[in-house]
Amino acid sequence: MSAITAEGLVKIYRTRKSEVRALDGLDLQVEEGTVLGLLGPNGAGKTTAVRIFATLLRPDAGHATVAGLDVVRQAEQIRHLIGLSGQYAAVDENLTGRENLYLFGRLYQLSGGDAHRRADELLEQFDLADAADRTAKTYSGGMRRRLDLGSALIGHPRLLFLDEPTTGLDPRSRLGMWDVIRNLVREGTTLLLTTQYLEEADELADTIAVVDHGRIIARGTADELKSQVGGERIEVVVHDREAMLQAIEVLARMGGEQPLVDEHTRKLTVPAHGGAGRLVQVVRDLDEAGIGIDDIGLRRPTLDDVFLSLTGHAPADDAKESAA
Amino acid sequence: MSAATRVHPLPGGREGIRQAARDGLLVSWRNLKRIPRIPELAIFAILQSIMFVLLFAFVFGGAIPIPGYADPNAYREFLMPGIFGQTIVFAAATTAIGMADDTHKGIIDRFRSLPMARSAVLTGRALSDVVYNGGILIVLILSGLAVGWTVHTGFLALLAGIGLMLLFAFAMSWLGIWMGLNVPSVEVAQQVIFTVLFPITFVSNVFVPPQTLPSWLQPVAEWNPTSTLTGALRELWGNPNPFASDSFPSQNPVLVTVIWVAVIIAIFGPLGVRRYRSMSR
Repeated sequence: MSAITAEGLVKIYRTRKSEVRALDGLDLQVEEGTVLGLLGPNGAGKTTAVRIFATLLRPDAGHATVAGLDVVRQAEQIRHLIGLSGQYAAVDENLTGRENLYLFGRLYQLSGGDAHRRADELLEQFDLADAADRTAKTYSGGMRRRLDLGSALIGHPRLLFLDEPTTGLDPRSRLGMWDVIRNLVREGTTLLLTTQYLEEADELADTIAVVDHGRIIARGTADELKSQVGGERIEVVVHDREAMLQAIEVLARMGGEQPLVDEHTRKLTVPAHGGAGRLVQVVRDLDEAGIGIDDIGLRRPTLDDVFLSLTGHAPADDAKESAA
Repeated sequence: MSAATRVHPLPGGREGIRQAARDGLLVSWRNLKRIPRIPELAIFAILQSIMFVLLFAFVFGGAIPIPGYADPNAYREFLMPGIFGQTIVFAAATTAIGMADDTHKGIIDRFRSLPMARSAVLTGRALSDVVYNGGILIVLILSGLAVGWTVHTGFLALLAGIGLMLLFAFAMSWLGIWMGLNVPSVEVAQQVIFTVLFPITFVSNVFVPPQTLPSWLQPVAEWNPTSTLTGALRELWGNPNPFASDSFPSQNPVLVTVIWVAVIIAIFGPLGVRRYRSMSR
């Protein structure tokens, strides 16, 4: 059975002057016990979709179910089954970590005793036991996110929605968060996760759905998407603008493919068939030709690359979603 | 596992009410926790109240004679119910700012995603603010007693007055909730609320005789809830009320105040609830 379904979801934000179609006919299915990564740039409609599934927002058209329940008519029952952790840590700064969890536990309709026990468990699990009796105000960004995620898990939800769980975290906290999320998934929770990073969707999701302008434009496993994009690539930043033509020749001769050229940043990109070995060869050839370089590296495909190959344009970062 | 077996029944009837009460109390516990965590807020609110009493008692006290009272202390007795009334009307400010603050942080999304009573965020807010204002009232009463204000009609009358004030604070909280939900930010909440509340407290009998106002403004001042609350307290406590006219609100201040409480709740309660529900649009 599908844990989450959406058919033709439309959501329009109207202000006096403008109308933004945040969702424009979004279709989606997530199977029970799997992880779906909703991948897209700012303003693509990811947050809006999550807010509809989490019963915070009503769609203007279309139909959505969570655990077989209608998000509009059976919102109340859905809330007993879900956990939501949003983009901005939604915890009370003036309460301690323990008090936050206790409050949300009670409001999830756990008994006082159960709420205390569950709070202790989660504090332990999320490595917050030492900070349990400090107010959340004093927490670091990573700690707040962990507390927020813990709050979402307070009632052992069957379905979990994580809206950009690592945005704004430093690399170390991000890795820590990934571990936490992987462990949750192992326990069989159905997870819908939104992200702007292909790498993150790759690490965590079974299936990735790419969103653009309120619709799903591609869907598949990370490998399927990457093969569409064309795997790893080599990026070279040439030191002198004058040497660019020569560098393009060197790269084209070697791989038989014309490199992508960004004249403004003096950046050349070619597919890296053969990975690191090819990189070494590129360095050697450029050196032999006497071309100075500022930077060179092997790069995994990013969201930009996925978009470029799927839509022919870079992700439009109009940031409307964050305002909504 | 099929979804149908796990569908949670909706609480109905008595259990629904019990849950709403429990959730409302939890939310107000959460709101009140803020006081010990940011003690500066409460300390300055208390200092402000004390300062207000002292300023009026000593700056205006000597300058404004109360007709029919030779005792120079009469102005202080006249003044204190006014300060009480004004403080209680400003209860709406505390609520509006608290509500706006919550609304623009993610916490309200968390509440709305939980299987809690829909009403609890609002009732919890109204309740915690009544408790908070009750605390401020105690400080005001003690400062009033220190500068020479007294209740002439006994302890029960004092309690009746306090009860009326708390009831009024509860009504004002619903005005504050509605405003807090409608403003785009906390800063705007502060601006709006003071712009609305200052005229309400000053076009009244709190500091001056309403008879000195332009004639078109006099009925406004007479019916103003701040005036009726202040008049009610003066009547209940036997404090001087020399400017009472023959108008209905002046003659029946307790009754009119209770009607005001009912009217304010009947208007702003449903408006606030509707606004809160419409957050999902």
